[in-house]
Amino acid sequence: MTFDLTRIRKDFPILQREVRPGVPLVYLDSTATAQKPLAVLDAMEAYYRFSNANIHRGVHTLAEEATTLYEQAREKIARFIHAPSPRQLIYTRNTTESINLVAHTWARASLKSGDLIILTEMEHHSNLVPWHMLAAERNLRLEFIPVTAEGLLDLAEYQKLLEQGPRLVSFTQMSNVLGTINPAKEMIRLAHQAGALTLLDGAQSVPHFAVDVQELDVDFLAFSAHKLCGPTGIGALYGKTTLLEAMPPFLGGGDMIREVHLRSFKPNALPYKFEAGTPAIAEAVGFGAACDYLTGIGMAAIAAHEHEITAYALERLEEIPGVKVFGPGIKDKGGVAAFTLEGVHPHDVAQILDQDGVAVRAGHHCAQPLHEKFNIPATSRASFYLYSTREDVDRLVEGIYKVKKYFG
Amino acid sequence: MDDLYREIIIEHYKNPGYRGKLDPHDFSFADSNPLCGDHIEVTLRVGAGGVISEAAFDGHGCAISQASADLLLESIIGKSLDEVKQLTKQDLLDLIGLDLGPVRLKCALLSLKVLKAGVYGLGAASDDLVD
Ligand SMILES: Cc1ncc(COP(=O)(O)O)c(C=O)c1O
Repeated sequence: MTFDLTRIRKDFPILQREVRPGVPLVYLDSTATAQKPLAVLDAMEAYYRFSNANIHRGVHTLAEEATTLYEQAREKIARFIHAPSPRQLIYTRNTTESINLVAHTWARASLKSGDLIILTEMEHHSNLVPWHMLAAERNLRLEFIPVTAEGLLDLAEYQKLLEQGPRLVSFTQMSNVLGTINPAKEMIRLAHQAGALTLLDGAQSVPHFAVDVQELDVDFLAFSAHKLCGPTGIGALYGKTTLLEAMPPFLGGGDMIREVHLRSFKPNALPYKFEAGTPAIAEAVGFGAACDYLTGIGMAAIAAHEHEITAYALERLEEIPGVKVFGPGIKDKGGVAAFTLEGVHPHDVAQILDQDGVAVRAGHHCAQPLHEKFNIPATSRASFYLYSTREDVDRLVEGIYKVKKYFG
Repeated sequence: MDDLYREIIIEHYKNPGYRGKLDPHDFSFADSNPLCGDHIEVTLRVGAGGVISEAAFDGHGCAISQASADLLLESIIGKSLDEVKQLTKQDLLDLIGLDLGPVRLKCALLSLKVLKAGVYGLGAASDDLVD
């Protein structure tokens, strides 16, 4: 199947809108959240219009249908990441909650004072703060794989850290600021060799290229639906079965139990053990539809398209005097271009770009330590997805020249 | 929208009249806007009768935050501490002459928040100060 950009753009109603009269939207903030195709919107609306009911309780037709849709979505999502079984796919609210789940259950039950967790300097706050909190509670040690000046992980330092016998290595497969695609498979192999478990933050990788948990041999994978064209409010945690089975439950309540007595309970089987209370059912349906949509287009084709757009963006941005793009060259980079413009605060860049309908994000992108490392308070960030075009990049570049004129 | 970058804002951003740090000073306070990393420190000297005689701000951030700080300090010279305590969000918006959305409002109000927290002698700058 060929990659038909015009048709793809027609799938996303929001891309048709004008930001204000006469100013079409140029959406370059998919790293924060992706836009949603009709396939997802329709699936969610159909669910509410036709099948809405609570799940796993009740035998009436709607309850059966809702349960089937919810579980079919789980199968689709599990298949999307090549999980051996849908029972290994736990619904959460987002990547952040998935990481917190591992911190609260596996880590809290398994780690003791003095144990070491290895993270990296390029982590999103969601893969830092849960560990800060647990480290304070359990007196754990945290070490960080350094980021080199080019924006790559220093793998020699990683090997040295591994000699200290970590219990867990938790890192992002792709940086949401630098765009760096880390060599996850090799890093996981080395972690296992050192006797550590691995948690992969897939928030940016799973939406943008094929991720195969079996090939990676990763122990845990966390990701969010909203970054892969699905709805907000739902995400997933994949885990290896033996680990998930041994872990204590997360939140307590309905659905996560097998039996409840006045003074005790028995947890439910996987994956329900980790899913307390009425879940985000329509969102799960939308999540599944999003995986189907992306699979239909093909993750390899999507990755190739983004690679081409990103290469073009780097080329155009680097020719603007005063612009500095952070992160590695195109070889190791996903569809993210975080940059500074000399003499202008990123917030002002983003605001002036917005006048022309160009939506970029400005700030530290929930990666404050990384910005501290590069000694900058903030960057502007343009990011790309399957629906991004070369014209989008051209509008961005024109906008930056306009910013320069204002502040010139 | 173009109004956001009216000449007065760009001018006060590029050539601020009150940038710096007074040493010694009678009041000082600093705070950041976590969203964008804007940072502002205000130092004041107060003369007879509690009237502000000198003011300066230091820090970094977007044009809106820095220009607002400059315009704000310009406006309080000769005012009493009690008058500063009475300043409201609307006073600042009138001063800069901008109509801002919720995100940029935080940038504009940072300097007022810092100023009032300093004058009140508070430990932390609460958003209540600029509501
Ligand atoms: C690398 C990375 N990890 C984690 C997250 C957190 O995702 P969520 O806010 O959906 O939990 C993000 C989102 O910005 C991200 O880019």
